[in-house]
Amino acid sequence: MAKTVTRRDLLAGAAGTIGAAALAPVGGRALAQGRDTTKLPGAPASALGARSPHEPLVRGAVRGAASRTPLQDLHGIITPSDVHFERHHAGIPAVDPADYRLLIHGLVERPTVLTLADLKRFPATSRICFLECSGNYPQEAGPETKPENVCGMTSTTEWTGVSLATLFREVGARPDATWFLAEGQDAAVMTRSVPMEKAWDDALIAYAQNGEALRPAQGYPARLLLPGWEGNSNVKWLRRLELGDRPFMTREETSKYTDPLADGTARQFSFVFDARSIITSPAYPDVVEPGWIEIRGIAWSGRGTIVQVDVSTDGGRTWQAARLQEPVLRQAHTRFRHLWRWDGGPAEIMSRATDDSGYVQPTRAALRATRGRRARRYHLNPITAWRVERGGRVVYREEPPWDA
Amino acid sequence: MGRLTPCRTLAAALPVAVLLAGGAGPEGAGRVAAQEPEAGQAPASPERFGFGRAATEAEIAAWNIDVRPDGEGLPAGEGTAASGAPIYARECASCHGAAGEGGVADPLVGYEPESTPPFGPRYEAWRGAGDDVRFTVGNYWPYATTLYDYILRAMPSDAPGTLQPDEVYGLVAWILAENGIIARDAVLDAATLPAVEMPARDIFVPQER
Ligand code: HEC
Repeated sequence: MAKTVTRRDLLAGAAGTIGAAALAPVGGRALAQGRDTTKLPGAPASALGARSPHEPLVRGAVRGAASRTPLQDLHGIITPSDVHFERHHAGIPAVDPADYRLLIHGLVERPTVLTLADLKRFPATSRICFLECSGNYPQEAGPETKPENVCGMTSTTEWTGVSLATLFREVGARPDATWFLAEGQDAAVMTRSVPMEKAWDDALIAYAQNGEALRPAQGYPARLLLPGWEGNSNVKWLRRLELGDRPFMTREETSKYTDPLADGTARQFSFVFDARSIITSPAYPDVVEPGWIEIRGIAWSGRGTIVQVDVSTDGGRTWQAARLQEPVLRQAHTRFRHLWRWDGGPAEIMSRATDDSGYVQPTRAALRATRGRRARRYHLNPITAWRVERGGRVVYREEPPWDA
Repeated sequence: MGRLTPCRTLAAALPVAVLLAGGAGPEGAGRVAAQEPEAGQAPASPERFGFGRAATEAEIAAWNIDVRPDGEGLPAGEGTAASGAPIYARECASCHGAAGEGGVADPLVGYEPESTPPFGPRYEAWRGAGDDVRFTVGNYWPYATTLYDYILRAMPSDAPGTLQPDEVYGLVAWILAENGIIARDAVLDAATLPAVEMPARDIFVPQER
C-alpha cells in the first residue's frame, strides 16, 4: 500500500521515512543527541495541555482513603490541582451541580437555600493558601522515605469563592451565634464545628481551585476553606451550615483530631497549624555530587507568614538563614533556598521555620515531651533531617518509635 | 481600582514613553489613567444581595440530623443493650468485631476504670509494663450523644444513613453497656441519653487560638 503523507503526519512529527530523513543531522555532529526538533514542525495545538511524557508527575503511596503530593518533584509554591493531596472519610461523592444545594440555618434571621449559581453571583474572592491534613506525619519511615511520605499531605493552591462573611450577613447571622456546623454530602456526612470568628475573618466557600472548577476529590462543587486550619475542618462537598451557640461535639472533634498530652489532658479544636518546613531537595531518592548544591524546600505556617527559615548542614549544631523566594504569602507554602558546598563527607541537613508570631518549628524531642508517649500523629510539625552519605546517597534520618 | 489599563499585548507593543505619558496610543489602546477614580464609583456592598431563597421547615428537617450534647436533635424512640445486640451482630460486627474489640475498623469497646483516659501519668502508673489499651468510646469519648449522631449519619459504613431511631438507640445502648458505662437494662431515649456520664467527659481542653 502506498503511504500517503498527510499534513497531519508532518505536523505531528510522526517518525516515518519522511520524519527520519528530516531528522538526519545536516552537516557535522549535532550537539544535541537524539531527535533534532528543529527540522520538523512540532505537534499541533492541543485541546488540553498534557505533561511531558518525560515528567510524569505521579503520586506514590495512594491508599484507599488518602494520597499525597509529590513534594520532591515540585518547584514553586503552587501545587498542580491533580496532585493536591486527598484524604476522604467515605470516598469521593459524584455530585451533580444541578442538584447542588447549600442550606444555611440555625441562629440566623433567614434560613436560606442557595444553588451553585447563587453562590457564584455573590462577590467573589480568591486567595492562595496551603491546605494540610491534620494527620500529616509518617506512620513508619525508614531511610528510603521520600518527602511526600514524610509530609506530602500539604499542598498550596489558589482558591476562589464567596467569603463566608458575605453569606452570613446575607442570611442575618444572629449575634448569639458563636459556632457553626459545617456538613458535607459525602457518605460520611462529614461534620465539624467552627468558631464564628473564622467566618468573619477569612473563611471561604470555594468553588474554584487554580482557576478552574473544583475537582471532585477537592469537594466539587463547593467546599469550606479555612486558611491555615487543619484539613479536616475544611469540609468538602458542603451541603449545610448550621449556626449555634456552642460547639456541636462531632466525632471528628472528639474521638479524632484531638491531641492527648503528656499531662493527661487532651487538646481539642487544635485548628491552627504551627510553622513547619522540610527540605525537598536534596532528599531521598536523590544522589548528589560533591560541590555546589542548592538546598531547596518549603516552609508554611497556619498562624501567618514565614519570616525566616534556617538551614543546618551539620546535624543541627550550626544554622544559617536561607533565602526566601518571593512571593512570601500568609498561610501558604514559602520556598526557601540555601547554597551549600558539599565536601563529600557524611552530612545531615535540616530546616527550621519561624513565623511572624515568633513561633519556631520545634524538634521532635520537644514535641514528644509535651505530647507524651500516646500522641495520635495529629498536628505534628517536627524538624525533619536528611542524611547525605559518603558517595552522595540522600536518605531520611529515622526517628525513634514515637512510643519508645 | 477603577483604572483603565490597556490590553496587555498592545501595552507590550507601545513605546514606553507613550505609556508613561499616558498619551494617545493606537485606537483601542484605551487611556493609561493616572487620575484617581471618581468618587462614588464603586458602590458599597449592599446589606443583602437577595440571592437564594427561603428554606422551608421540611427542607431543614430533612437535613438537620445532628445531635448535640444537650440532646437537641434526638428523635423519639428508645433502645436497650438487648434490643441493640442483634442489630450489632448483623450490621456492625463484621468490621468492629463480635464483642466490639475492633477488626478492619476501630474498636468500640475498651474501658478500664482505673486507666481512663488511656494516656497521661495516671494511665502510665496503672499500665506499668503491661500492654497499652486502645482509644475507644469507653475511654476517650466525652459525650454519649456523639455516638448517636455518628452512627446515624455514617454507619454501617457500607450502608450509611439506613438505621431507624430505635435501632440507633439500641446500638448506642449496647456499646455503652459493653463498656460498662450504663446498666444492661438501661433504656436510652431522648431524655436519658444526654444524661449518660462518659468517663472521658472532662479531659478535653480547647486549644488557644
Ligand atoms: C464495612 C465496615 C463497617 C461496618 C459494617 C460498620 N462500621 Fe463503623 N466504622 C467503620 C470504619 C472504616 C470506621 C472509621 C471511619 C473513619 O474514620 O472515617 C468506623 C467507625 C465507627 C465508629 C467511630 C469509632 C471511633 O472510635 O471513632 C463507630 C462508633 C462505629 N463505626 C459504629 C458502627 C456501628 C454501630 C455499626 C453497625 C451499625 C458499624 N459501625 C458498622 C467501618 C464499619
